[in-house]
Amino acid sequence: MVKRVYMDHSATTPLDPRVLKAMEPYLTEEYGNPSSIHRMGQIARNGVETAREQVARLINAAPEEIIFTSGGTEADNLAILGLMEAMPPRGQHIITSAIEHHAVLDVFAYLERKGYQVTFLPVNEYGMVEPETLERAMKPNTALVSIMHANNEIGTIQPIKKLAAIAHEGGAVFHTDAVQTVGRIPVDVKDMGVDMLSCSAHKLYGPKGVGCLYKKKGIRLARRLFGGAQERKLRSGTENVPGIVGFGAAAEIAGEVMSESIEHLTKLGRNLSGSLLRLIPDTILTGDPVNRLPGHVSLCFRYVEGESILLMLDQLGIMASSGSACTSGSLDPSHVLLAIGLPHEIAHGSVRLSLGRTNTQEDVDYVVQVLPGIIERLRMMSPMTGEGVM
Amino acid sequence: MALYSEKVMDHFLNPRNVGTIENPSGVGKVGNPVCGDVMQIEIKVEDNRIEDIKFKTFGCAAAIATSSMVTEMVKGKTLEEARAITNKAVAEALDGLPPVKMHCSNLAAEALHEAINQYQEKVRSNNN
Repeated sequence: MVKRVYMDHSATTPLDPRVLKAMEPYLTEEYGNPSSIHRMGQIARNGVETAREQVARLINAAPEEIIFTSGGTEADNLAILGLMEAMPPRGQHIITSAIEHHAVLDVFAYLERKGYQVTFLPVNEYGMVEPETLERAMKPNTALVSIMHANNEIGTIQPIKKLAAIAHEGGAVFHTDAVQTVGRIPVDVKDMGVDMLSCSAHKLYGPKGVGCLYKKKGIRLARRLFGGAQERKLRSGTENVPGIVGFGAAAEIAGEVMSESIEHLTKLGRNLSGSLLRLIPDTILTGDPVNRLPGHVSLCFRYVEGESILLMLDQLGIMASSGSACTSGSLDPSHVLLAIGLPHEIAHGSVRLSLGRTNTQEDVDYVVQVLPGIIERLRMMSPMTGEGVM
Repeated sequence: MALYSEKVMDHFLNPRNVGTIENPSGVGKVGNPVCGDVMQIEIKVEDNRIEDIKFKTFGCAAAIATSSMVTEMVKGKTLEEARAITNKAVAEALDGLPPVKMHCSNLAAEALHEAINQYQEKVRSNNN
């Protein structure tokens, strides 16, 4: 059997066995509906409410500020559309960044078509939204600013505290998509000063299909789903009890192991990117070299194309991802790589290796051993190598 | 289900006829690095036959596999036979390509045709 080295933790993480154990009773004998009055309903209700406390504790929120959703995408949609629908439409101005996940970006594009004024903020070469850029973009009618905490493709962590303060000075609500950070680095909603924050369980060793929106007390949202009025009327539909319980357990574990995990991932990530940059010429590290997610290594290899690299890595049991056109299903490489100013031809050669808790130095050594050969092989095949046209 | 057929993976992982030819009879280079695909095909023609053919490709697995396949299909063929090779035939020889990758097979056939054109133009201008 081929060795399996999973380095795609920004896409999803494995379920922690302790999380599975916490979920198991709710997948089997404790199948009650939390809205039911009888004892089985109340056992399920307790499972959900305990999880709400666990998730709230991880991000320093109050339990009643947590709205469980089906994941990060739904949380982003609820935050943005729910807020705008709760306000009378008066041609408000809303701001986001050019490097958001599509769960935010496409909602803003939709609102633009609906007549809202929308600003997509540019980022600097490291993928950072500079606070001055936001300051200049603020208008008297700016109602919402939504900027992600850390970018999934290039790992850059945004100065959220400063950005939220600028939004508030201008009277706007501040939302952040923290799908990539909750459970991986410290997230404190009070310290950051955010009004709303989205996160997802499967990025922190929890199950897929569950996430939450943190909504600060006093922020008013319109519901997006009509029905049984669950989650303080903001998310109708019977709760995903096993998923929510798993999310709670995952959040608790994430808090316990965080500092150790950060240290481990920072070290492995630095070893990996350092070795690859040293061994493979014409390679660029994308994103901020310092303010980035621990264990997040995103590189562009000139003269070669990302999908080819991924498939050759996969042959050797290494699982990674890319922002090349061939992996995006269109002819353009990722909007993030273009936003940081990379030319198309370089962006096509992107590879992301995102490490997780279970990766070891041995895994890093294996990638360092095989990746230079893959790049060399593809470059020998490339008509661009050595022409200096790129 | 796998993304690509076994044949595509075989040609991607073990590409045939990679490289360049010294003093080629014709060269075809198509695509654009901006779009993520560039293919270069060089041919050596003798007695109206493709005696040798080499390729170099920048692109995804489908781009590399179609380049490799087209070189294998036309090696030893007459120019007329080679010209008759369509992108569809290349894709079929690979047991199909995912729909979003069909443009890769266009490029391989185009690069081949361009190399033949270049050779024939050279011959024509030499005869004049």
